[in-house]
Amino acid sequence: MVWLTIFVLSIFVGVEVISKVSSTLHTPLMSGANAIHGVILIGAIIVTGTADTTGQLIVGLAAVVLATVNMVGGFVVTDRMLQMFSGRKKQGPPE
Amino acid sequence: MISIWAQLAYLLAAVCFIVALKGLSSPKSARNGNLLGAAGALLATIVVFFAQDLDHLPLILGAIALGTVLGVVGAQRVQMTQMPQLVALFNGVGGGAAALVALLELIPLVDADQAGLDVPTFHLVATAFTVLVGSVSFAGSLVTFAKLQELITTRPVIFPGLPVLFGGSFLAALVLGVFLVVNPALWLGVVLCLVGLALGLMLVLPVGGADVPIVISLLNAFTGLSVAAGGYVLGNTLLLVAGTLVGASGTFLTLLMAAAMGRSVGNILFGALKGGSTLGGGEISDRPVKSAGPEDVAILLAYAQRVIIVPGYGLAVAQAQHGLRELVDVLTERGIRVDYAIHPVAGRMPGHMNVLLAEAQVPYEQLKEMDEINGDFKNTDVALVVGANDVVNPAAKTTPGAPIYGMPILNAGEAHQVVFMKRSMRPGFAGIENELLFDPKTTLLFGDARESMTKLLSAVKAL
Repeated sequence: MVWLTIFVLSIFVGVEVISKVSSTLHTPLMSGANAIHGVILIGAIIVTGTADTTGQLIVGLAAVVLATVNMVGGFVVTDRMLQMFSGRKKQGPPE
Repeated sequence: MISIWAQLAYLLAAVCFIVALKGLSSPKSARNGNLLGAAGALLATIVVFFAQDLDHLPLILGAIALGTVLGVVGAQRVQMTQMPQLVALFNGVGGGAAALVALLELIPLVDADQAGLDVPTFHLVATAFTVLVGSVSFAGSLVTFAKLQELITTRPVIFPGLPVLFGGSFLAALVLGVFLVVNPALWLGVVLCLVGLALGLMLVLPVGGADVPIVISLLNAFTGLSVAAGGYVLGNTLLLVAGTLVGASGTFLTLLMAAAMGRSVGNILFGALKGGSTLGGGEISDRPVKSAGPEDVAILLAYAQRVIIVPGYGLAVAQAQHGLRELVDVLTERGIRVDYAIHPVAGRMPGHMNVLLAEAQVPYEQLKEMDEINGDFKNTDVALVVGANDVVNPAAKTTPGAPIYGMPILNAGEAHQVVFMKRSMRPGFAGIENELLFDPKTTLLFGDARESMTKLLSAVKAL
């Protein structure tokens, strides 16, 4: 029951926090949300760290690599996008 | 069991994610929001090593290092025009990871079942869900990547029997899922994973190129939900909260994007299967239009006082945005007031055009949102439409029943003169004719946007 409560409340929070997003930011927002679900890395680390057979270990390590690419790449590419917006607001681009 | 302080750290990470999403929805706080999200993710990754007894640590750390290098190199190297497909790719690997994690979670559940222990039914349901949805997201995202990268055609791919095959596979997935819950076995999970991959392919192949961004957003939400279900099985609240957040906000964002394009999500996914509008009529009209060379258009532009540029998908595809910015610079030097009118869904993703033009060093002040600039068209000498079509199609206002009817458009037709830079007379992605093309005040400049832009630029400079 606790899990269901957390689930339902999270749905409302998820919709609420982005309900006023401007269309300019749809792409970075999608990319940022994409990076956040990279936390499956935590799950991948747990199942790999408790793997009993070599087969399980290999599958787990593959999951760790994929999840890390998702998480790290997602945050870096979002930052690159947003950098372009913020650079423009000040006096010209930094470079 | 997970210690209290580890749970507190997970809670802190979850709060970081919520504040990050909140920050990402406003331009001022977006960058800090993203960094905060990254900090939360880093915290959670460090905590997991202390929270639980784990073997194989060197290998895990090595795998993380490898993933980090791949992710950073990919994210740093990508061209901004190719960024949508990179997001699709990152989303896909996340979904793949979730499916693999769920398959590994299934093993202890199967063992417990065979040992005669009571396995919670809902754990098995959630595991089956994660395997299926994670693999749908993985395969679907790879197809969107291939479409955006133009490794395969951006036109909808349909073959006879696809709807039947899709429906059959969907039913098979449900039946497999029920079997898995009733009688847990690893092979059922593996088959479910394969069916999920096939479903992902069949879900995205029929979607037309212009609608692919919405599908990316939807698959993003799918991955989020599969991460949430995976977190439930592992008993990890952080995964549950983070996955649900992304699932909910991703679904909502998908609906927002679809609304901005005047489409329904169902129509985007299944329109082509029904032979609906995503196919695009593709009929090339032979009605007379007024076309001109770069020199004529150069004169129109150079002797105007007010010009509004309407950039679109075609500009991004031809990578003509740098040439466009140079043209605008030259016109501005001549004392002409030039602005860019940005439709909410211009580019390959909503907001993508802003990113592309920002990269081409277009000053932020020149980018005007639709509501801000729509009233200015009637005082404008020339509206220059580059690689856009549907976003200025008056059918959205005048033709009930048109696929884009009801979509807000830019009133380019109110300008004194309209110039379209187009590759051909092919209709836009909505597949309907644009009356504005046949208007007496409209001039067409045919050709690849990038080449035309170069010619136009030198013609203006020569004046």
